[in-house]
Amino acid sequence: MLNIPLWNRVLIWGLVALGLAFAMPNLFYPRVERHNDAAAAIEAGLATEEEVADDLSGWPGFLPSSLVNLGLDLRGGAHLLAEVQVEDVYATRMDGLWPQVRDALREERDTVGTIRRQDSPSDELHVRISQPDGMTAALAAVRALSQPVSSVTAVGAMTLDIRAEGDVIIVTLSEAERAATDDRTMRQSIEIVRRRVDEVGTREPTIQRQGDRRILIQVPGIGSAEELKRLIGTTAQLTFHPVTGRGSGSDVEAGAREIVLPDVEDEGLLYRLEQSPVLSGEDLTDAQPAFDQNGQPVVTFRLNTAGARTFCDYSQNNVGAPFAIVLDEQVLSAPTIREAICGGSGQISGNFTVEGSTELAVLLRAGALPAEMTFLEERTIGPELGADSIAAGEVAAMVAGIAVLIFMIGSYGLFGVFANIALIINVGLIFGLLSAIGATLTLPGIAGIVLTIGMAVDANVLIFERIREELKTAKGPARAIELGYEKARSAIYDANITTFITAVILYVMGSGPVRGFAITLGLGIITSVFTAIYITRLLILLWFERRRPKKIEV
Amino acid sequence: MRLKLVPSETNWDFFRLSSVALVASGVAVVASIVLFFVIGLNFGIDFRGGTTIRTEAHSEVDVAAYREALQGLDLGDISITEVFDPTFAADEHVTLVNVQAQDGQESVSAETIAAIEAVLQEVDPTITFPSVESVGPTVSGELVQTAIIAVTLAIAAVLIYIWLRFEWQFSLGAVAALIHDVTLTIGIFCLLQIRFDLAIIAALLTIVGYSLNDTVIVFDRVRENLRKFKKRPLKEVLNLSINDTLSRTVMTSFTTLIALIALFVLGGDVIRGFVFAMIWGIVVGTYSSVFVASAILLRLGVKRDWSKTDGGGASGTQFANIDA
Repeated sequence: MLNIPLWNRVLIWGLVALGLAFAMPNLFYPRVERHNDAAAAIEAGLATEEEVADDLSGWPGFLPSSLVNLGLDLRGGAHLLAEVQVEDVYATRMDGLWPQVRDALREERDTVGTIRRQDSPSDELHVRISQPDGMTAALAAVRALSQPVSSVTAVGAMTLDIRAEGDVIIVTLSEAERAATDDRTMRQSIEIVRRRVDEVGTREPTIQRQGDRRILIQVPGIGSAEELKRLIGTTAQLTFHPVTGRGSGSDVEAGAREIVLPDVEDEGLLYRLEQSPVLSGEDLTDAQPAFDQNGQPVVTFRLNTAGARTFCDYSQNNVGAPFAIVLDEQVLSAPTIREAICGGSGQISGNFTVEGSTELAVLLRAGALPAEMTFLEERTIGPELGADSIAAGEVAAMVAGIAVLIFMIGSYGLFGVFANIALIINVGLIFGLLSAIGATLTLPGIAGIVLTIGMAVDANVLIFERIREELKTAKGPARAIELGYEKARSAIYDANITTFITAVILYVMGSGPVRGFAITLGLGIITSVFTAIYITRLLILLWFERRRPKKIEV
Repeated sequence: MRLKLVPSETNWDFFRLSSVALVASGVAVVASIVLFFVIGLNFGIDFRGGTTIRTEAHSEVDVAAYREALQGLDLGDISITEVFDPTFAADEHVTLVNVQAQDGQESVSAETIAAIEAVLQEVDPTITFPSVESVGPTVSGELVQTAIIAVTLAIAAVLIYIWLRFEWQFSLGAVAALIHDVTLTIGIFCLLQIRFDLAIIAALLTIVGYSLNDTVIVFDRVRENLRKFKKRPLKEVLNLSINDTLSRTVMTSFTTLIALIALFVLGGDVIRGFVFAMIWGIVVGTYSSVFVASAILLRLGVKRDWSKTDGGGASGTQFANIDA
């Protein structure tokens, strides 16, 4: 009749124990957090076990140690939504393509005549040929440069669209290649953002792709969105150029294939440099802050094999000539080559501070962003505001919880006590689940939990009211309890499934805090149905088996 | 000895004034729509774009001085709202400064924010800025769109679910109640000019869920009683079902309200609007499940022959059969 098989009971209590075990670390939040940080530091090789022994011993290693992540609104930090200007890359591709097109057409000079690059939109390449009769040959020559797109979704597509308009050849990237390029650009951007954010070593940053061309970046504990933007927005493009002249003001003019760049310290000092760099940041494999023999902060770097060879050759042929180290269009320094440098490493000195050299090393290691980013949304939340919100949320949850507990006992007596035990387990289970899946708790999330506290009793209320009704028809307590559960079930499922549907829609459509709310609401529905149907039933059963009352009052 | 919010046996006639209630609800819905178009919602930056800076100072806030200081920056529309909250310390004076989206910028530039902070610091040296949030016009436009889609989707999903589980008449009744609740919530937000931001959408959807919860429980009982009392008129069955579930309806609404009121008073100003929407929604939702959903069901009438669904399971006993 009222029976629940033993294995079922074991399973129920097992689940509860598991859920509560996962929830428990949250009661000791600061201690567990220090423990986790210490463990992470050891793993990363940043600290030895002795150094962080205190923190590590704060929490026994055999216990679960995952915590509920606190959202930005609770912990404080910065939030950015960036849009990557993926079109930037098309222009770069077109510029890169031009020498190849030129060389290919030059081989056909007899039929196409002289060639010249025309002005064009930045994502197109326009080339005029002087003998329009040779257009067919010219198109064929350029087409040979087009390759199959390397992407699973675009089988058979070629990278370039090539057409002729009069005596002009117009080259653009094909649709498929654009899509593939966009995807690459996004992945590269995310990777670089991640590396730059990780370099600063904050806790659990969120870096997510959103849609086709957006990146969501949330970094807890950082001072402001501005700081975060500076960190990820700087394109550290390092290049080494041969110096052809230097001076000040208008007496430095760029010749053919030359550029003029200012000195980083002295705006008036200008360098005339060869446009094509000897080396660029891509040849860099590592960069570290260090000190030179005079104790000045410098950045040391290492080059990959190809870069090392190029640099070795160049320095051998140019002993005594100056070369410029250029970072983001400014000349950091222009030392003179004293001897051939073939070790594949070197150092950059400028008037760095220690922070300056560290930051530069970070930026160099991370590489340049492939395309510019614009920021659509930025939020900074101070840590105090977050702490206030947590405190307020805690107090509210306590008061709400206690009020509901008292009210339930007042209304249902002993059965109210059972419902209350289930309610407390329910809140524990929500935290356990949140920790286990690594979900993020936000301020609306706390509201979700408080709402769940209010609503969790609903299932029990339904059942108890039903039992009361069944008791009126005097079927005996055991039968009444059983019927109460049975008849309330469809209402409970229908009611909770509909609410669950809205929670799912919230999760799918929402972002940030709304999503946090959806998670706690959704999990709360699952756990409250579980606790109401299984736990209270089991509790009532345990009591009933022991007491065997002839009469019950609900 | 038991605490009872409603007597254990009730036999109230909920449909005696049902026409009046329906008309009143109709008027309230129309009034909300009018309010929406005449006064409009006080959209937060999530939906309008712009920047909100939260300031906190130790001395009394002089809003006029703030405004004067900011006027010099030529930032267009600026609003300054002082925030009061029982959870604040005595020397905690908080305001929210809203700046409209700037032309030609997505999120507001660092220089603008620095300039605002600098002039305010001149007015009051103790001022700090616990949060700065800036949303560009592109995103805010999309957020509006997503929000509308979310609410519509939620209502549609519910319509379908109830249709599957019950009958189309139930579904229409429930959805009418939902639209009633959502519209009235938007109406009160227009009337009281409470800031309407992304979190309120979450509240709206919760109201959808909660109101439905209530309606479904009444309907579930209606379905049961329709099977039990095949010959009684629909009006009586509906009345009986509402009376049967009344105690539960009131209990649950009451416990949820207790929790929400605690949050409203003690939860801090950041989520107060959100909690307010929820409290309002629960009151309205409880009302609508009886006076809108059931009243409409009564007027639409219902198919009385449930024998088919009993055997076939077409109108969904699939979930109800899951064994506990």
